[in-house]
Amino acid sequence: MRLTLVGVSHHRAPVELRERVALDAKGAAALAAQLGREAVVLSTCNRTELYLARPEGAEEQAVQTLSELAGDRAAELGAVLYRLGDEAAALHLFRVAAGLDSLVPGEGEILGQVRSAFEAGSTGPFLDRLFRQALHAGRRVRVETAIAESPASVPAAGAALAQQVFENLAGKRVLLLGAGKTSELTARNLVSRGARIGAVANRTLERAQELADAFGARALGLDELGGELAAADVVVASTSSPEPIVWKADVAAALRSRRGRPLLLVDLAVPRDLDPGINELDNCFLYDVDDLEAVVAETITGRRSEAARAEQLVAAEGDRFRRWHASLDVVPTIASLRALAEEIRDRELERAGSKLSEAERRQVESVTSQILAKLLHLPTIRMKEAAAAADGVIYADVVRHLFGLGEEERRR
Amino acid sequence: MSELLIVPALLAYGEAAVAYAGELRGPGLAGRLATWGVRLGWIAQTALLVGQASSADGFPWGTWAGSLNLFVWLVVGAYLIWGCRPRYRLLGLAVMPVAAILLALAWAGGGTGLEQGADSGVVLAIHVALMLAGFASLTLSAGMALLYVWQERRLKRHSRRVLRVRVPPLDALDRLAARGVLAGLGLLSLGIGVGASSFERGDLDAAMVVTLGILVVYAAVLVLRHEGWRGRRAALLNLCGFMLVAVVLPITHFAQ
Repeated sequence: MRLTLVGVSHHRAPVELRERVALDAKGAAALAAQLGREAVVLSTCNRTELYLARPEGAEEQAVQTLSELAGDRAAELGAVLYRLGDEAAALHLFRVAAGLDSLVPGEGEILGQVRSAFEAGSTGPFLDRLFRQALHAGRRVRVETAIAESPASVPAAGAALAQQVFENLAGKRVLLLGAGKTSELTARNLVSRGARIGAVANRTLERAQELADAFGARALGLDELGGELAAADVVVASTSSPEPIVWKADVAAALRSRRGRPLLLVDLAVPRDLDPGINELDNCFLYDVDDLEAVVAETITGRRSEAARAEQLVAAEGDRFRRWHASLDVVPTIASLRALAEEIRDRELERAGSKLSEAERRQVESVTSQILAKLLHLPTIRMKEAAAAADGVIYADVVRHLFGLGEEERRR
Repeated sequence: MSELLIVPALLAYGEAAVAYAGELRGPGLAGRLATWGVRLGWIAQTALLVGQASSADGFPWGTWAGSLNLFVWLVVGAYLIWGCRPRYRLLGLAVMPVAAILLALAWAGGGTGLEQGADSGVVLAIHVALMLAGFASLTLSAGMALLYVWQERRLKRHSRRVLRVRVPPLDALDRLAARGVLAGLGLLSLGIGVGASSFERGDLDAAMVVTLGILVVYAAVLVLRHEGWRGRRAALLNLCGFMLVAVVLPITHFAQ
């Protein structure tokens, strides 16, 4: 069985071309079904890849399929298309599942996308094994390295900091100051971690109302913050105000009714919306955009150093796959050898059957079965080892010759 | 023969203490090795304590060294409840070096051998066990308070590495430290209650007075927390209380 991978990705293909060959989940499933067994189509915003497992290489079919998807831009595909086979293709998939081929190393979404592609694919024993191992490799990298732990954007860093302060964001109340895109992105990050948007305050109430409706929150003007500051656990500020809108004294007043509950304030605005003096207050943690960018830069550096460890894990998985793939060459020989041995045993047992009592027959069956198992164990292991070392076909031929495997069929 | 179990216990605790330092660079093999060190060391120490209990005529941990041995076992046992969770691993950095040093002291002081211990009676045994369990709980609570102060400082100073080194969330540290104090206070109060049943006039000594002082300080921690003293101030007060446990109490005890 040969594995073929043909695809385009963000490494070489511009977005204009990628979007031509991109497919949604249904489209990917339909294409996999159309390509027949065994085929999986992995399509994300960064890549579209076709994985085919056939007795003979299926490269031309895959290239043809992608060209059809690209339509009138098919001519541009030649320069950006990559074609990989067998172990190289498997290793590539493992790297993809581990997030090592992503724009931001270790991003978490890709593992779910690989799983969805696998589930929607038209798989058989080969691709089933390959994709299960890819998912295993992806999970291993996430568990055994810290590559996926740190945020890669300023809004995500704000949400991750909230989790450093509060054990669980479920039910934690967020106050948004400003109703722009940045506020919304940060709010979505917080909500995805369980937080609840309590109120949206903005200079223009209409825009505040729009965003508040999207999150089921309350809209208010920037001059009505008093009560909300006391109730909030996280404050996200990103207005275009030329001077701070929340001062140290405002927060100090709000703290009196908070009974020591911590307050995280994230100031994403330039010029800043929150008085820097707030950070001096007990149980208040104020981060501005520079602080967050420094944290993100550090975590991305961390991701890169973790990526080196992740590559080692993926290489080990690739090696495991190579050994399994190579062992497939000797599997038919092992199966024939075992079948022959079993056939001889059955024949001899049948011949001796009339001379033995029922109890004796059971005893002989058990003993001969154990003898066969022990006798064939070592040759089976040795042949698989030889297959992994690329001598498998020679060994398989020798065994077929010595035991006359397949001669019966040839004579027939 | 079973007294030799102190060697693997000590080695495993020492290994855990060193491995936790490796966890500072990020989660991975070092953290897992540390957790296994704690587990294996604790199992070895448990077997040692069982051996001591089965071979002694009376309460085998009545001496200061024996008490230290039991105390370390209680601290590490309580830590295991949280320490196995990846997010709480760094607490081991505060707990395991102390545990390894104290166990080595207990060994040097002869608190890990067999066939020791006088027939001191059940009441004294219960009293000592409760007091040690109470101090173990306060020790863990202090570990969490220390971690709180460190993490709070990193957050306040906007450390770039604040998201790279995994520390339990501030809120969780504050809550667990308070629970540790509550459990410690309960156990100490029970221990003092049991001890008081055999108390006679003239028995009052400096260690007892300090113990009562400890009780008062920790009760104040809880009362003030209820009044809104949470976070850094509560953690610092907790650490002040622990200074009494770790420094003043041993001095008064050995000065007698």
